[in-house]
Amino acid sequence: MTKQVQQLDRVIIRFAGDSGDGMQLTGDRFTQETAAFGNDLSTLPNFPAEIRAPAGTLPGVSSFQLHFADHDILTPGDAPNVLVAMNPAALKANLADLPRGADLIVNTDEFSKRNLTKVGYASDPVEDGSLGEYRVHALPLTSMTVKALENFDISKKDAERAKNMFALGLLSWLYHRPTEGTLSFLERKFATKPEIMKANIAAFQAGWSYGETTEAFSVQYEVKPAEHEPGLYRNITGNLALAYGLVAAGVQSGLPVFLGSYPITPASDVLHEVSKHKRFGVRTFQAEDEIAAVGAALGASFGGSLGVTTTSGPGLALKSETIGLGVATELPLLVIDVQRAGPSTGMPTKTEQADLLQAMYGRNGEAPVPVIAPQSPSDCFDATLEAARIAVKYRTPVILLSDGYLANGSEPWRLPDVASLPKIEPNFAEPAQEGFQPFQRDPETLARPWAIPGTAGLEHRIGGLEKADGSGNISYDPTNHDTMVRLRQAKVDGIANDIEPLAVDDPSGAARVLVMGWGGTYGAISAAVRRVRSTGRAIAQAHVRHLNPFPANLPEVLRSYDKVIVPEINLGQLAMLLRGRYLVDVIGYNQVRGLPFKAEELQGVIQEVIDSE
Amino acid sequence: MTVSDSTATSGNGSGHAPVNIKVPAGHAPRVRGGGPGFKTDQEVRWCPGCGDYAILAAVQSFLPELQLPRENITFISGIGCSSRFPYYMNTYGFHSIHGRAPAIATGLATSRPDLSVWVVTGDGDSLSIGGNHLIHALRRNVNLKILLFNNRIYGLTKGQYSPTSELGKITKSTPMGSLDAPFNPLSLAIGAEGTFVARTIDSDRKHLQSVLRAAARHRGTALIEIYQNCNIFNDGAFAPLKDASVRDDVTVRLEHGEPIVFGADRDKALRRTPAGSFEVVNVADVDPSEIAVHDAHSPDPSQAFALSRLDQPAFAHTPIGIFRDVDRPSYDELMRAQLGEAVEKQGEGDLAALLGSGDTWRID
Repeated sequence: MTKQVQQLDRVIIRFAGDSGDGMQLTGDRFTQETAAFGNDLSTLPNFPAEIRAPAGTLPGVSSFQLHFADHDILTPGDAPNVLVAMNPAALKANLADLPRGADLIVNTDEFSKRNLTKVGYASDPVEDGSLGEYRVHALPLTSMTVKALENFDISKKDAERAKNMFALGLLSWLYHRPTEGTLSFLERKFATKPEIMKANIAAFQAGWSYGETTEAFSVQYEVKPAEHEPGLYRNITGNLALAYGLVAAGVQSGLPVFLGSYPITPASDVLHEVSKHKRFGVRTFQAEDEIAAVGAALGASFGGSLGVTTTSGPGLALKSETIGLGVATELPLLVIDVQRAGPSTGMPTKTEQADLLQAMYGRNGEAPVPVIAPQSPSDCFDATLEAARIAVKYRTPVILLSDGYLANGSEPWRLPDVASLPKIEPNFAEPAQEGFQPFQRDPETLARPWAIPGTAGLEHRIGGLEKADGSGNISYDPTNHDTMVRLRQAKVDGIANDIEPLAVDDPSGAARVLVMGWGGTYGAISAAVRRVRSTGRAIAQAHVRHLNPFPANLPEVLRSYDKVIVPEINLGQLAMLLRGRYLVDVIGYNQVRGLPFKAEELQGVIQEVIDSE
Repeated sequence: MTVSDSTATSGNGSGHAPVNIKVPAGHAPRVRGGGPGFKTDQEVRWCPGCGDYAILAAVQSFLPELQLPRENITFISGIGCSSRFPYYMNTYGFHSIHGRAPAIATGLATSRPDLSVWVVTGDGDSLSIGGNHLIHALRRNVNLKILLFNNRIYGLTKGQYSPTSELGKITKSTPMGSLDAPFNPLSLAIGAEGTFVARTIDSDRKHLQSVLRAAARHRGTALIEIYQNCNIFNDGAFAPLKDASVRDDVTVRLEHGEPIVFGADRDKALRRTPAGSFEVVNVADVDPSEIAVHDAHSPDPSQAFALSRLDQPAFAHTPIGIFRDVDRPSYDELMRAQLGEAVEKQGEGDLAALLGSGDTWRID
């Protein structure tokens, strides 16, 4: 049957089901197919912290949203055009996000009276007309899958479990996705279970064929590949990019990486990934707790490794004292905080940007630490290298603030030319005859020598007690303490001269309003800025990567605009720093819902400020 | 002491970071012997009469025996009186934070197998705030020599009870007596899978140094509990072991392979009970075959554990010496083996290949 093919410039699909339904895998495979096809894309996985919440309940719903387009896009999309709901809970949890006229694919096999009651549906919404404003495709996905697999020597349960591959096959047909990647993925994944492998492949192909032959879908869609710069691409999540950044930092510095970590959501994947790459000489250490994780990393740094620790907000709190020791002993240390919703345990699988002030100030005494935040999943790679560069060059702990959205979200990444990556020079102190001064500073960077054990003639003692300027001997001298506090601050402040100035995007030059963000909100803010400009309004945009120290030109940028809007997924932490430092009355826009901003919502906020000018 | 190879890998041209640190090489005056060589110019600031002085002197005069360049020795400490120790050692040193020395030392020892890493800690530092790190270092068998100065009191914070203080201890924070049952550090260490567990006394330099010697030879975690007198806040805590008139009758000196006989007249011995514990017997009353022979190398830790329990009530009979000394691969060796295996199986890392792994596509 030949079907009508409709061209679209972009599509947002959300796969939703029970946590056991394999929605993350389905979404990930569709993403890989889409990446291979050449669309630009952005993804948003959303899953519960519970490994298996009670089946069929609202808290157990897991979803994966993918936005893909024939042009470059910046966010996983505000509202889906297509929702795949594998059960009543998935429908109920996601329906509110679905705009009128959207496609809704429902697995009717799961819409039993019991499952409907479980989530509070008095009657079946597929039957009772309450979904009238959507294009509903009511399909018995489970039973069609089981039927397609009836000749396989597998259990009924295994056959039912393949329903996500049936759905993936159908969606792959609907959007003209290439299938080779998924087929070879299934061959790899189930290499040791050939019957299951064949069944999953058959389910996938059955889904595809169903789309082709059924009259339920009269239209097939096509989204042309996006124009990208020439190069080799892959799709990458923030956590994967971060892990690669750590391996690359070892290679670029010639230092063995030592990663001390304690499992914590959403940072654990970084530990998992780095631990696969021992061939690079990286050591990974799953410590007994967060404190030991950072302690071992600092001990490794003392010995001349690139010490790294990865964590999330609650873990950062536990590491505070050791980070302070790193500040006092002036040793390189990379501290990575993949932020999640807090306070306390908060919402471990949901995103937030509320650790900025903890990173800035969460230590006793005057303990300045450089803070850097990546702005997109792939940018986690570059930001990690930059954090390592600063840590090594300035002999200081550096905090990198990623977040749950960047960690699990993905986008296409044009692979960098390895030869062009920045080199990091450890510059260990050389053996000396006598008179070594462990706290004698480089006049330009104010960094102290990194004198590692094993180096003859440089034996010295460091610690958390205040040290005399130069000699490093214990000192309680009031003037010396004042000097040392100011020197440590001046060293960190001086990094402002060694980082890129803040770039401002103001194409017309006519903007009177600036929107300034940091970290993982870059995509949403940029998408909102495009929308605002498309209405004919002028808006300037700047995104702060270096949060401590701020780029040297930041105050000038702030003062160049009548109004500055600062959207943050917290209650105004960057805004507070900007107001406190520069006495600029910035306008905060704040939400803490565990979810990224929507472009449309930010568009409204920005336009309101512009229109009130 | 085993000092493993410090061969530095050459360059990173093939896109992988080195496994070992490239320590800057060169010559500097080296002291391989002589006591003064390990003293620093820092004024020692323990209270006059503190047991720490004796331990410091014993360590300083022992270290030259190891014939190690001093730059390859590192002392790491936490917080407390004993933790000032690194400042007085002319080696590399790190005075860190309360309780965390074993964690910090784990990172150093695991990444630098060429170093001799010593941890100096106290009963509060290692058994209270840092208890977690101590037990995990022991079970991992990190290549560390841990000197646990046990004075059964908090000294630097001026006299609160510690995790080894006796039940009912009257201190500033426990005017009606402490409610906490104390830890037995050696029982704890043996329970935590320690491979080298020993006890010695600050005032017995010869014994202290003999234990240090054996610990230095041990590759893995060596825990040495050193009974140390705090003459300000807990004076006389170990009096029975120091009083010349009684000490030989209460001190049970353990020697591997030797029958456990003690007493000024060597008239007392230990016998294993059917339940597995030890009891004190008169040599004259028993057949020599009934006298227990100390086996520090037994894979079964129950004998060492039973010895660690002999000291109940405190100081009735106190074993000192090496309770347990068994071989088990150290943590750094295991980790290096994995790194080596990864290279052997997969080849050395290539960064460009890593970044381009997985599903990629090219746009021309």
